This record gives sequence, C-alpha cells and structure tokens, in this order.
Amino acid sequence: MREDEAACVLFDAGHRACGGCAAAMAARLILDAAGKDTIVVSSTGCMEVFSTPYPETAWNVPWIHSLFENNSAVASGIEASLKKQGRKEKVIALGGDGATFDIGILCLSGAFERGHDFTYICYDNEAYMNTGIQRSGATPYDASTTTSPAGKCSFGNKRPKKDLPAILAAHGAPYVATASIAYPPDLKKKVEKAVNTPGPCYIQIHAPCCTGWGFEGEKTIAIGKLAIETGLWVNYEMEEGKVTKVKKVVRKPVEEYLKEQKRFRHLFKPKRNDAEIAKIQAIADRNAEKFGIDINLKK
Amino acid sequence: MLEIMEGSHAVAESVGLCRPQVIAAYPITPQTHIVEALAEMVANCTIDAEYITVESEFSALSACLGASAAGSRVYSATTSQGLALMFEVCFNCAGMRLPVVMTIVNRALGAPLSIWNDHQDSVSLRDSGWMQLYAEDNQEATDLHYIAYRVSEDHRVLLPSFVCFDGFILSHTYEPVDMITQEQADSYVPAFKPYHRLDADDPISFGLFASPDYYMEFRYAIDQAMNQARSVLPEAGRVFSEMFGRDYSGLVEEYRLEDADCAIVAMGSICGTVKDAVDEMRNDGKKVGLLKLRAFRPFPVKEVQKALSGVSTVAVLDKNISLGSKGAVALEIRDALYGSQIPVHDYIIALGGRDVRRKDIAAVVASAEAGKGDIFYGLREEVLK
Repeated sequence: MREDEAACVLFDAGHRACGGCAAAMAARLILDAAGKDTIVVSSTGCMEVFSTPYPETAWNVPWIHSLFENNSAVASGIEASLKKQGRKEKVIALGGDGATFDIGILCLSGAFERGHDFTYICYDNEAYMNTGIQRSGATPYDASTTTSPAGKCSFGNKRPKKDLPAILAAHGAPYVATASIAYPPDLKKKVEKAVNTPGPCYIQIHAPCCTGWGFEGEKTIAIGKLAIETGLWVNYEMEEGKVTKVKKVVRKPVEEYLKEQKRFRHLFKPKRNDAEIAKIQAIADRNAEKFGIDINLKK
Repeated sequence: MLEIMEGSHAVAESVGLCRPQVIAAYPITPQTHIVEALAEMVANCTIDAEYITVESEFSALSACLGASAAGSRVYSATTSQGLALMFEVCFNCAGMRLPVVMTIVNRALGAPLSIWNDHQDSVSLRDSGWMQLYAEDNQEATDLHYIAYRVSEDHRVLLPSFVCFDGFILSHTYEPVDMITQEQADSYVPAFKPYHRLDADDPISFGLFASPDYYMEFRYAIDQAMNQARSVLPEAGRVFSEMFGRDYSGLVEEYRLEDADCAIVAMGSICGTVKDAVDEMRNDGKKVGLLKLRAFRPFPVKEVQKALSGVSTVAVLDKNISLGSKGAVALEIRDALYGSQIPVHDYIIALGGRDVRRKDIAAVVASAEAGKGDIFYGLREEVLK
C-alpha cells in the first residue's frame, strides 16, 4: 500500500473539503498519530460538514457531532462513560477556532478545570469559514473578513489573536502545544504525546484556509511554512505550564507571508501601508522575543 | 416500606436505584436537593456512578449526551432557566435517539425572575422529542423514574424522557413514599443495552448532517417512536402495577369522571387539590370529575377522547401559557375533541407559584359551566381595571 493510501485508512478519502484544505490534512494526520482506538467528537463547522453528509462518513473511527459549542462537554461525558465501563479508548475533541476560541470556551474551560482525560485539538483557520469567512477571536490583526472588512476607514480585524494556549495552560493542563499542517511529523508527534498524557491536553493547529484567506490550494503548505518562518505563528510545547520546546527559525519579514493572501491585500493595494505592516511586524517581533525563536546566523 | 421523605430525596433515591453510570448536573433552585443527595450517595459509594460537576446546564446535558452515546445509563436534573439553557441539547438527544432521563423540577421562566412553580419550562420543550411525564405526588414522582428508564431505553422507543414534578410543592415537601428495593429495581429496570454506541471495535458516526433529501425521514422516525411510546408506556405501567401494586397503566388517570357533566383537565400536583375539590363538589351534588394527564408527550389523544366523551363541559387548568395563543394543554384538548361540540374552557392558573385552593377549583367549574373561560384565573384586581 502506498503511504498516502495508508494515511486514508482512518480518515477516508471522498469527503467534500476544498482542494488544499488544511483541516482535512489535519484530520488525517491526527488519526494517523492517535490510531484506531480513538473516539472523535467534532463541533459543528467545516470539518463536520465536509466529512459527514448523511448517509456517508469519512470517519473510520467512532465519531460524534452534537452542536457547535459543546464538543468539550460531550467529550467529558464520553470520557466518564468509558471510565465507568473500564474501556481504554482515547477521546479527542476536534473544533475549529470559532468553536474553540469563542462559542465553546465555556465548555472547554469547564472540561479542562475538571481535568478530564482527553485531548482537545483546534484546527485554527482564523475565522468562521463554514459560514463564509467571518472574524473570530482567532482572526489575526488586520485580516479582512466579511465581518471585519477592510474599507475606507478600516484595515480589517482590529484585534490580535486571543492567546488560547496560555489560557488553557493556566487551567493546569499538563500538555499544551501548537503545531502546523506544514510540519506533519512534528504535528503527529505532538498528537501522540497529547493522547498519551493523562489529563486534559490542548493542541492548536495552524490550518491555512485557501478559500477564506485567498490563495491557491496548492500553496497551503507553503503558506503554513511562511507563517512559521515570519514568526506570526510559533510552534511550541508547554508542559505543566512551562514552555519546553520551540521551533526556531531564521526569520523572514512578515510581508512575505502577508502578500501571499487576499485577506491582507489591502495592506499592499492600492498602495502599500507601511504603518500597518510595521504593526504586524511588531507582533512577530514580540512572538520572537517571547519564545526565543530567532536563529542568528553568524556572518 | 413507607418512609417519610422529602420529595427531592425520594426522587434521588429512586434514581440511585436505577443505577445511572454517569450523572452530570448543575445546581439550580429548586432542583438542588436532588443533585446534592446523589453527590452524597456517590461520595459514600452507595451508588457506583461517575458524577460530573459541570459548569452549566448546557454542559450537563451535553455530557449526558456523550456518556449515553458511549453506552452508559445517564441522569441529569434541572428546572426553568437551566432547562432553557439546554434547549439545543434537548433536540439533539432526541434526534440522536439517546435515552437520557432527566428530572424537571418544574419552575416558572423569567422575566421576571421566579423560583416558584408552574409548567412553563417543560411545556416549552414540548416539540423537542422528549417524552414528558408529570407526577401528582412524590410517590408517583419516584415511580415514574423507573418507568421512564424502562421505556426510554426500550429499543422500540429510544427517546429521552422528562420526569416532571412540581418545584417546592412536591420537591421540598415531606410525604410518605414507598421505595422499592434494589433487587426489585434491578428486575424492573434491567442493565442498559444501547442500540448503538461509540465503540472503536465497531466504529459508527453519530450526528451527521442531513440534506433536504434525508432530514424529514429522521423527524418522521422520532414521531413514529413517540407513537410506539403510546403503547410501550402503558405496557411498562402495567408491569409496574403487577410487580409493585401501584397502577400507572394509563397515560391519563380518571377521577370520578364516569357520570361527570364537567371535567377538569390538569397535570401535576394541582391534581391532588382538584381531587379534594371534586369530592366536595360531589358532596354538594355537582357531577364533576378530573382527567389527569400523566403523559403530555406523547399526547394521549385517544385516552382523552374516550375519557371526555360523555361530559358536557371541559375546564382545563393550564400552568403555562403559549403567549399570543392559549395554554398548551387546552390547545391539545381542543384538538383531541375537535368535532365533538364539547366546549373546552381554558384557565391559565397558578403561574409563578400562585397558590390554588379548593375554592378556586369550584370557581373555575362554575365559570366553565357558565360558558366563560379562556382567562387568566386569579389575577390581581388592579390589572383588570
């Protein structure tokens, strides 16, 4: 069997995701790492809709979807149920950034505080994509979405991303990590670690959305890499609240990432907006300083 | 053996006898005594359940949904605002055909805030696909839990159930209650056998999305299950009465209705007051009777038609109001009696805990017999000026 076919065993081919969808790639990688003894709880969103049009399903592991905002609570119940029955399946709750950062944060916080043994994985495509690209608490500064459009008196989304990994680490989560579909082996290693760590673990996966961000589907991985290389996305691990591992890079200027995407086009056309680009560069610089990601090449 | 117990504690004990494997609940007045009692049972290993102290009612029912889908018998209890917060999840449990049993300690809905009793909370969920059973007293409240588990989990039905009993009026009142033994409970409510469950050895998907080509058939299937419940509920009630001597074989209960001219229709604890009022009126030579609805969902259309076929007037006591229309019970009764020419008078009564006495029942009957009705009964006079 070819390797790519093998990867389709648990999250099957034939789903309705857009070509180049990072969320679909994430689902394959997650299940590849977690294995068949996994119960997946999806929130409402792109992933749920493109993978389960009745009477079909792409999931070859037990899978449940209830509502938009309750995957953590449903996962809590499943975990308790398995515990009571003496069963050993792993529980993974999967949600987009809208479900995770915004509407589901109450359930998420409750489940982490109670310490259920499950892994929450957010595929973060930085806006409500299923409803047509509206801003969420995960939308980055200045990104133009349909509810934070760039206009004559707007540069797009007015706020930076919510720091959700820090919020969940503050709940006492034993393992919190960020990952990117552009780095599959790293992503899989983190999923494996999370599902094998007792207690509530969180992974936030950078999942570039070609439809919502405005780039060609074949560039998904390249865009994911640029986010890391510019310092606008940092891949790191936190154990017991402390950062233990960070992906270091030789940083590129943020505009190399921004200019590839329609959602930031207003920063370059009709004329280049140096002041706003500088603000985004400052966000990357703060990330670099906070996590120490810079590799300084000796000249 | 008869014991004097608080209603909430009696309900908690009967729930414990049903051996729920996962309990998830959030405290809210007047439900708290139930979930406190269950927490105590878990803490003392009197029952062997996972108890999830969730951060909201929304999560309570969501956790029950997940636990049930994973194959455990589950339990929750709530009321009023808590039930309103569960709205979405209620429809989901029914749609996924998960046999969750939940006690509703009936309470009014805000605004204005009220912690006191009426039926607006559960009645507002009448279209959610949950069976709804209403208890007249604490004995019935405990017994209906055994019946609810048995019927909900029956593979001919597979629908969730509300067991409704009136906040404070029953939940905080001490009454003699006959508790069955664990052995008896085990034989009446056998171990949960899920029809489907989340299982890595046999992976299935729950909660898919349905296009317009498929959605209606799912709704039809739920309605069909409700129709099944119309016969499975009485069947479970008959078995219960054979085993324990208390008769719940009817979706309705008739009280002195045989030769009645005027029938009062009601649900819940008010039926006790009505029975006393009926006795008094009977002593005065008035031919009055009560039709008590034990099940509101499924609605017992045939039983209502049969019970009311000989009466000349019906007075419905509605502890709820579908604002802009009528009380929900009266709407159902009128539908059931359509074409019969029997006048159905609706009385919105006892909202937000307003007390109802025997003389109020007599006044309602007098009003119905005078051809009046469709009113809020017992309003403060100043609002009528």
